[in-house]
Amino acid sequence: MSNERRKINSLEMIKITKRFPGVLANDQVTFDVKGGEIHALLGENGAGKSTLMRQLYGLYHPDAGEIRIDGQAVTIQSPTDAIARGIGMIHQHFMLVDELTVAENVALGMPSSRGPVLDLDRVEARIQALSQAYGLHVNPKAPVWTLAVGERQRVEIIKALYRGAALLILDEPTAVLTPQEADDLFVTLKQMKEDGHALIFISHKLREVVAISDRISVLRGGRLVDTVPNQGVTRAMLARMMVGRDVLLERAHKALETGVVRLALRGVSALNVTGQAALRNVTLEVHAGEILGVAGVSGNGQRELAEVIAGLRPLAGGSVELDGRNVSAWPPGKRTDAGLAYIPEERMHDGIVQEFSVAQNLVLQDYDHPPISRGLFLNFNAIAARGRELVSAFNIRTPSIDTPTRSLSGGNIQKLILARELSRNPKVLVAAQPTRGVDIGATEYIHQRLLEQRAQGAATLLISEDLDEILALADRIAVIYEGRIMDIVPRKQATAERLGLLMAGVAEKE
Amino acid sequence: MDNLLNTATLIGIAHSGVRLATPYLYAAIGEMFGQRSGVLNLGVEGVMLMGAFAAYYGVFLGADPWLGVLAALLIGALMGLLMAVISVTMQAEQGISGIGLSLFGLGLSSLLLKVLVGSPISIQGFPVWQIPGLSQIPIVGPIFFDHDVLVYIAYLLVPISLFVLYRTTFGLKVRAVGQNPEAADSLGVRVNAVRYATVILGSALAGMAGASLSVGLLNIFQENMTNGLGFIAVALVYFGGWRPIGVLLGALLFSTVSAFQLWMQVLGAPIPPDLAVMLPYILTIVALAVGVKQIRQPAALTKPYERGE
Repeated sequence: MSNERRKINSLEMIKITKRFPGVLANDQVTFDVKGGEIHALLGENGAGKSTLMRQLYGLYHPDAGEIRIDGQAVTIQSPTDAIARGIGMIHQHFMLVDELTVAENVALGMPSSRGPVLDLDRVEARIQALSQAYGLHVNPKAPVWTLAVGERQRVEIIKALYRGAALLILDEPTAVLTPQEADDLFVTLKQMKEDGHALIFISHKLREVVAISDRISVLRGGRLVDTVPNQGVTRAMLARMMVGRDVLLERAHKALETGVVRLALRGVSALNVTGQAALRNVTLEVHAGEILGVAGVSGNGQRELAEVIAGLRPLAGGSVELDGRNVSAWPPGKRTDAGLAYIPEERMHDGIVQEFSVAQNLVLQDYDHPPISRGLFLNFNAIAARGRELVSAFNIRTPSIDTPTRSLSGGNIQKLILARELSRNPKVLVAAQPTRGVDIGATEYIHQRLLEQRAQGAATLLISEDLDEILALADRIAVIYEGRIMDIVPRKQATAERLGLLMAGVAEKE
Repeated sequence: MDNLLNTATLIGIAHSGVRLATPYLYAAIGEMFGQRSGVLNLGVEGVMLMGAFAAYYGVFLGADPWLGVLAALLIGALMGLLMAVISVTMQAEQGISGIGLSLFGLGLSSLLLKVLVGSPISIQGFPVWQIPGLSQIPIVGPIFFDHDVLVYIAYLLVPISLFVLYRTTFGLKVRAVGQNPEAADSLGVRVNAVRYATVILGSALAGMAGASLSVGLLNIFQENMTNGLGFIAVALVYFGGWRPIGVLLGALLFSTVSAFQLWMQVLGAPIPPDLAVMLPYILTIVALAVGVKQIRQPAALTKPYERGE
């Protein structure tokens, strides 16, 4: 069997440099981790964390630099090679085959003890042993598609341990978990650490990094800023290292007087793409001058919620009201004209036309109104004028207004969508995951703009999987679980713990 | 009309149905492996024609029918290799490259027939081999155990493919690569190698499907003798939900309808022959429109795999 425990006492990455066309992703980064240690790798999106770790896992190869395991220089050709050396990786997007069972996923790519014939019974027995040793409970015979997110993550960890991983790379492991599930994960990680495993924890969540790691390395713009011991660092210090300047972690947030109900959902039900119930009897009201946050673990109906309001998904029951008018049967364009703005979750696919220029994307909602068009014809001067105006007003960094939008960074594409939607002075704004995958600078900017809308009396529905974002912006917080609104909590009474329980589907008992 | 459907006729239809399912089984089971790994090969029709010609020509030159089958397997594998290079390595649009392969096979087999053979002559292919004992069972015997050896092998492929797909490490890789190639890659499975293997294997079986026509069922080669059969085999994979048993049931359904239609013509039933000939094709469309469970489709079907961002 190839799965007896190996041991890695130290792993060093020395002056690693990795270039991609036009980008220096890693610039002489030096990093090390020891057995029995949790070393956090902190940085914004695009700082080079994943690139660095992908080189350790053999998915990329460094252009310069050296990797040493226990003092020996090694070349890691491929994931297979990494696995053989005792390195395992838990990817941010799970690398599981949904249709296969847990045991099949674990056995995939491994030699069988029966040659060409599978030995799933033996694999299952060994999974049981591992799950008992580390508190990773999961049924080896269950098809993966039936498992909850937390369970899938456990399968990933079992997969790595089954392959004899002595060093485990965890890429943003808590992004998809409720706070309680994250706590369970931390217990497992600490157990593995006691057991002598080396653990690399990639994150951009300061709170977690401080909670779990022994040492912290911060990357910015592909360079190592510093490696510091956890003792004595504060979140503010880490944030400054990540961004290169002071960052406002808490936002001043005046209570505003809320106005009339601008957006109302009454008993709304809807199906998802596979025809299953995605929203069940959802009732919500959003007032003018209010941000209503919708918190929940990914895949609990958030996407469908945004889509039924935007008019992109038919209702199976209930009604949607904009400004007191029942718009349930209205197509999206008519809702837009009635004052609805929509920032979709999939910004590359639903938010822009990638091949269109920046200016063209900026008029996608207005192309059929004067001054952008008259009758059948587009007014190119007006389009260009609008483009220039919004690019400067919203600080969109682009070479020109004629640049194809796909070549902009994620943060700037999001600013473009924001510019298009907010410049129409919407009465109702639906923002789905507005800052996901966006760097801290752009996030700050987007948050500011959302608060500005609130001050101007817009009713905002903020759907986000980032609890910190919701706690920072929302006046009231609705928690969604399996398509149901579990509860709506005023922000002052909301704690991460209380919301976490609701996100896990645990209703409060009075 | 009443006495058209007597016992003898029914046995005759069932016997033909079992027999005519043979090329569907080879081609569709082969195609199923390719599709389970994520490659749609629409070139089956052309590969079948080339396989059919290769086997026919071998026997025409005096070789043993088994050598003909071997030639069909080889030519099929070779065309599979070509398809894999185009669709896996060069990542061409699979639907289009498959149609290209089909037209190529159609043209080349017709050309070779004209150049090497001239006008088609019947040959002596595999003889009917009544399985001793079993073929004596009333009704069942004549339906199932009164065929040539290629028919029996076709049915054996069903349990074999079940075993390979669900009980071997190779089958596990095939299923994984067709659903989530990225995950398979992250575990060291060589995605493109698996796809090469399934496309070549599938294509070899398509070649054998051709042989089962030219040296098994019909003992002749004619221009475009498959007449859309390869495309129906592709449809059968969808119809069968990408599962061997489903493919088997689909193949039997279509072959039985074809057999019924042939017998009705032979017996002079008062059905317009053009309408009767259309029956299997109409059934294909109806079955695909009604019966296919998209949810079972391999998630990576027709999507070339390229690593990383």
